[in-house]
Amino acid sequence: MPLDSKPGLPDRQFDLVGTRPLRPDGVDKVTGRARFGADVTAPGMLFGQILRSPHAHAHIRRIDASKALALDGVKAIVTNQDFPDLTPGNADLQAVLANVMARGKALYDGHAVAAVAATSPAVARKALALIEVDYEILPHVTDVEAAMLPDAPVLHDDLFTEGVEPKPTKASNIAKRHRFGHGDVAKGFAAADVVVERTFRTEAAHQGYIEPHACLANVRSDGSGELWVCTQGHYMVRNTCAALLGLDASRLRVTASEIGGGFGGKTTVFIEPVALALSRKAGRPVKLVLTREEVFRATGPTASTCIRVKIGVKRNGKITAGEAELKYQGGAFPGSLVELGAMSAFACYALENVDIVGYDVVSNRPKLAAYRAPSAPMAAFAVESVVQELSDKIGVDPIELRLKNAAEEGTKSAFGPAFGRIGLRQTLEAARNHPHYKAPLDKNQGRGIACGFWFNFGGNTCVSLNVNIDGTVGLAIGTPDIGGSRASMCLMAAEELGIPYDQVRAIIADTSSLGFCDMTDGSRVTFATGLATISAARDVIGKLCGRAAAMWGIPKDAVLWEKGHAKPAGDNAGKFPPLSLKQLAAEASNTGGPIAGHYEINADGAGVSFGTHIADVEVDPETGLTRVMRYTVCQDAGKAVHPSYVEGQFQGGAVQGIGWALNEEYVYGADGRLQNAGFLDYRVPVASDLPMIDTVIVEVPNPGHPYGVRGVGETPIVPPLAAVANAISAAAGVRMTEVPMSPPRLLKAIGEKQT
Amino acid sequence: MLRVKLGGPLMSQAGGKTEFEVEAATIREMLSRLGELHPGLKPVLDRGVTVAVNGTIYRGAHLATIPEGAEVYILPPLVGG
Repeated sequence: MPLDSKPGLPDRQFDLVGTRPLRPDGVDKVTGRARFGADVTAPGMLFGQILRSPHAHAHIRRIDASKALALDGVKAIVTNQDFPDLTPGNADLQAVLANVMARGKALYDGHAVAAVAATSPAVARKALALIEVDYEILPHVTDVEAAMLPDAPVLHDDLFTEGVEPKPTKASNIAKRHRFGHGDVAKGFAAADVVVERTFRTEAAHQGYIEPHACLANVRSDGSGELWVCTQGHYMVRNTCAALLGLDASRLRVTASEIGGGFGGKTTVFIEPVALALSRKAGRPVKLVLTREEVFRATGPTASTCIRVKIGVKRNGKITAGEAELKYQGGAFPGSLVELGAMSAFACYALENVDIVGYDVVSNRPKLAAYRAPSAPMAAFAVESVVQELSDKIGVDPIELRLKNAAEEGTKSAFGPAFGRIGLRQTLEAARNHPHYKAPLDKNQGRGIACGFWFNFGGNTCVSLNVNIDGTVGLAIGTPDIGGSRASMCLMAAEELGIPYDQVRAIIADTSSLGFCDMTDGSRVTFATGLATISAARDVIGKLCGRAAAMWGIPKDAVLWEKGHAKPAGDNAGKFPPLSLKQLAAEASNTGGPIAGHYEINADGAGVSFGTHIADVEVDPETGLTRVMRYTVCQDAGKAVHPSYVEGQFQGGAVQGIGWALNEEYVYGADGRLQNAGFLDYRVPVASDLPMIDTVIVEVPNPGHPYGVRGVGETPIVPPLAAVANAISAAAGVRMTEVPMSPPRLLKAIGEKQT
Repeated sequence: MLRVKLGGPLMSQAGGKTEFEVEAATIREMLSRLGELHPGLKPVLDRGVTVAVNGTIYRGAHLATIPEGAEVYILPPLVGG
């Protein structure tokens, strides 16, 4: 759907888009009325709990639940026997099924092996302790490089590396090899004056959402069911659960609760089939709420990685070649998303010679889940660290070096396609012109720059827009609101209809009330659901004009819509006083019936997104503690529909990236068990750790959206790892190649430099 | 005639070939012809791919038309957070 603004004509002016009204869900959230995943109950409800493997890798020889079943108050127990493989050979669904409940082998510490539904949480907990599981403990591997070794314990006997020829005959932990690039890197490196090659490592980070996974399942005796669930995609939950449990999609109605954070971690199915299976077996509703420890042990963090990067540059600042080898482990099942790291690694640069290889590796860790711009932050950490080092070596300002090599419209990306209209250069210029970039630094302080990229995408989206009898408007959308999207949708609908913002109310419809919608992911909602909302509003406007035309007795095309009113298109159309939306709504029953608009689309044309970050840090050389003193995000939003929420996305992404850079990591013991499954030992940044994150919204319109919108939610987490690393390097004189750059690691590096 | 380029694991699954010429007017036709011509690619194509046509990324709109002479890339599926 093209931009409304046309070349050579004045840009479209907006009345509401670009303003900052209060979010419609705000009052409920601050008063505690909003209903999250664990906030609902049902008559006769049981409490579900899951028994998890204490071993990283083990054969399950036998499960004996007889003692637990005999316990008073226990109503149902499920094991893998209750989850037959009903998937039609779909490897992705089979992986979900095997992750939901272990099949033959427990593949990681925390892998579900059985579940109980009981009349109270205490009884359920007691029943779990009575389930006897006979394990044969197997050798395990949790490190990505160790998992790739020829003698590593193999998780899956049927996993043969894809993407290599000839196809291997021996199973291994390497699921896929990806390759991207063009040109001749050997020639490019030969032409370089300076070449830097380094290897970087990043540990897994969790999305750290405040609300644990929770759901309430209710399967009736006729096989129909309902599910209330905290998720980023209730249609995905419905389809996956229906496929795994052999239910008709039409007989499973899924409602998305309010969501206390997702960041990609709630784009998966973990507990929902378990709750449904328990409810089906017990014949009663079952509520299942994970503990924080379970969230860490059994829901997906990011990949952990090892990335080698080599870049060559001429003394004039022109990059001649880039090469990268990325190894990502994504837990016990294929799908580390290394390909997204490989594709995004050099996306910020116009390179004639580039070669990128990525390895998708399995290990004895929980199945990965997406986390904001999945896989891109680690790749950017490696590439942007080397770019900084090159700028230091040739004595060129880091922003200048990036501007000399910045991707722009028409640039052939490192992953293949040429970019359309993009705003990387504008974000770099915004950073260079920001007062932050020129501000003085004190002792032990340093400044770092880094750029980031994310693809953004559209996807399947339905929207219904209903005109109420009083002229207010109800908007039904199918993408859970995880970042203020209801406010943005109301703004866009009101903008089109020419009515006040508070006359439009948006709800997240359940799966039985609106056609299929993809998840809230990929920074797609403001783009795709927004596009569908605008189109549904224009559908309504067409109908309103039709009603006015009928009331006036003139052709429909002789009526136009302007600022909330139907008007004759010109003098020839006749002289009639304008009819407001309110007047037309009041007459609807007598002029043809209810007025509603609808739109459904698989939206394409989402514009890619770039950002540039500036980080100032202060390093305490005595302790290795790093404090972020100042931080600025400059990012292209295309068009900011609600600038406050765009800024909020910039700030939230930056904060999560800073946490990953400095503190957050999964720590595994020699036994393959997670050592820090709680917020005390897995430390996310809190408000007192950080300065106010400054933001600059750059607006280079996306030609694929009527207002020019680009997704903004993911790009801001891409640069922080490298921006902070580059600032630490400037402050402490050490190049950190491992994330997180926690005090012990930094202190060690400082010590090694001094000796 | 379209020139189609491959990225990701597909690069190693067509006998080392990374560029193909196929006759097709839509993404759906292009994927179907490519699978017929190179059966080794078919399982990966069937599992889902991303297609870029002149830089615009298509995840599922397979009825989209491909202009003559367009730059077409087949890439791994995109997911987001």
